[in-house]
Amino acid sequence: MSTQRWFPDDLPTPAVSRDTLAWWQAAAEHRLLVQRCADCGHTRMPPGPVCPACRSFNRTWQEVSGRGSIYTYTVVHRAYVPSLVDKVPYVVIVVELEGSGGARLLSNLVDAEPHRLHVGMAVELVWEDVAPRLALPRFRPA
Amino acid sequence: MTVPTRRRACIVGVGETRYARWGGITDASEHALALEAILNAVADAGLPVDRVDGLTSFAGDRNDAAFLAWDLGLPELRFANMVWMPGGGGGCAAVANAALAVESGQAEVVVAFRSLCQGQFHRFGQGPGARADREGAPRLRQAQTLLDAHLAYTLPFGMLNAPIAYALPMRRHMHLYGTTSAHMGHVAVTFRAHAARNPRAVMGQRPMTLADHQASPMIADPFRLFDCCLESDGACALVVATAERARDCRTRPVELLASAQGTVQGYGWGPFATVNIPDEHFASGGGTGVARRLWERAGLGPGAVDVAQIYDHFSGCVILSLEDFGFCARGEGGPYVASGVLAWPGGALPTNTHGGSLSEAYIHGLNHVVEGVRQLRGEATCQVDGAEVCLVTSAAGVPTSALLLGRQ
Repeated sequence: MSTQRWFPDDLPTPAVSRDTLAWWQAAAEHRLLVQRCADCGHTRMPPGPVCPACRSFNRTWQEVSGRGSIYTYTVVHRAYVPSLVDKVPYVVIVVELEGSGGARLLSNLVDAEPHRLHVGMAVELVWEDVAPRLALPRFRPA
Repeated sequence: MTVPTRRRACIVGVGETRYARWGGITDASEHALALEAILNAVADAGLPVDRVDGLTSFAGDRNDAAFLAWDLGLPELRFANMVWMPGGGGGCAAVANAALAVESGQAEVVVAFRSLCQGQFHRFGQGPGARADREGAPRLRQAQTLLDAHLAYTLPFGMLNAPIAYALPMRRHMHLYGTTSAHMGHVAVTFRAHAARNPRAVMGQRPMTLADHQASPMIADPFRLFDCCLESDGACALVVATAERARDCRTRPVELLASAQGTVQGYGWGPFATVNIPDEHFASGGGTGVARRLWERAGLGPGAVDVAQIYDHFSGCVILSLEDFGFCARGEGGPYVASGVLAWPGGALPTNTHGGSLSEAYIHGLNHVVEGVRQLRGEATCQVDGAEVCLVTSAAGVPTSALLLGRQ
């Protein structure tokens, strides 16, 4: 497991439901999933109980590579958690995940100068191990 | 359903407390302000308080209708309703639901209200802050609500508040259509100028130029400080009654020509909670469905609107809403607002004539409905001559609602 850290410990932690727990458990093992309907194949994120396309409750998971491109972004200049004060400005991105059937993920761009940012920029997954059973997917320029 | 003319809902009274910067009201509780706004609105209508038999609100207002009915000694509470849509999306819906109650005969006089003292509770703009259990190692925690489980995919990534969330559709809009920070600046500067004439406006004495806007610090790119709405203390309320009952009132009733609420397929809670919004709706305010139904129900279109009150949590979201409601084509909102169209006097679509959430106060946009009523009564501080039709919209970027108000 990598030990690199980009964000402080005291950001809000993920709240998990019965329908999302497996996703977070896979993330802790550095596997990035999107939920897929076991009947019609429609993918969806965040995970939920039912397929919005065919209303099936049968679900499965699809592992994705973590390659993708930036769909939109913002550069945050204020530290809304005190420990972010030496992290600002930081970059929040929406990534379109390759091979995911169009699913997007909100995350961060790390190891990049904000001025290089643009919509369409290619990115790749990098895991941040926040705690022994908690890892968050971040992205860096591909 | 065709409602008999005598049962058609009208807005017969409006009221508010003083408005202040967050933390500015220290001598009255948020609860007391709710009651004060309700009583002011009922007094404006000229009705005895005992006639009130319904209360509606939105955005999780902390002041439960049952307690307010008890406070006010209402003879009977016959209708109470809270809009089940997030935050500022529900303001127009709260008024619309009051109208549905009186038109269906469930109640006779329903007051829609919102009391919001960010200084006495939490400033929305500060977000949730650090995790509560910061002493231990970070760990997964159990979601208490559906929203919680969705925010697991946003909050841990530093997407902590509304400026960050709504910067995402705005940045995409800029990428697709070339919208600029200066376009947004025109919105903020125009509403500030309107506020200068409004004695209730928190920012009435604080003029703003486009240069001031461009020099204001970046919050969440592309939103600068002056693109973001105020955080306020205050309350306002509107009295809704049937046309028949309106004859007992001392005010000129304002008609609800149409209302609509809801969202488009796949929009969910909007970008605050999910970024998996269909591509066609991502760089919008999500209000195209509400807009279509509003115009259909009224049998009118954007060209009929004399004055508009557009929810302005962020200057850029006004651009998105104007496109959603068809005042200009998708992507043309930036040049449209920069042409001066929103300005009073002289603009073709004077908008947020009270100063809006950017310059009057942030009462979750219910103050925009109050301003719409004042325009149609001829009592606004930036009065549009002969205004007969006013569009009021609630927040872009969440499931939303809108009203088309008419002068009787």
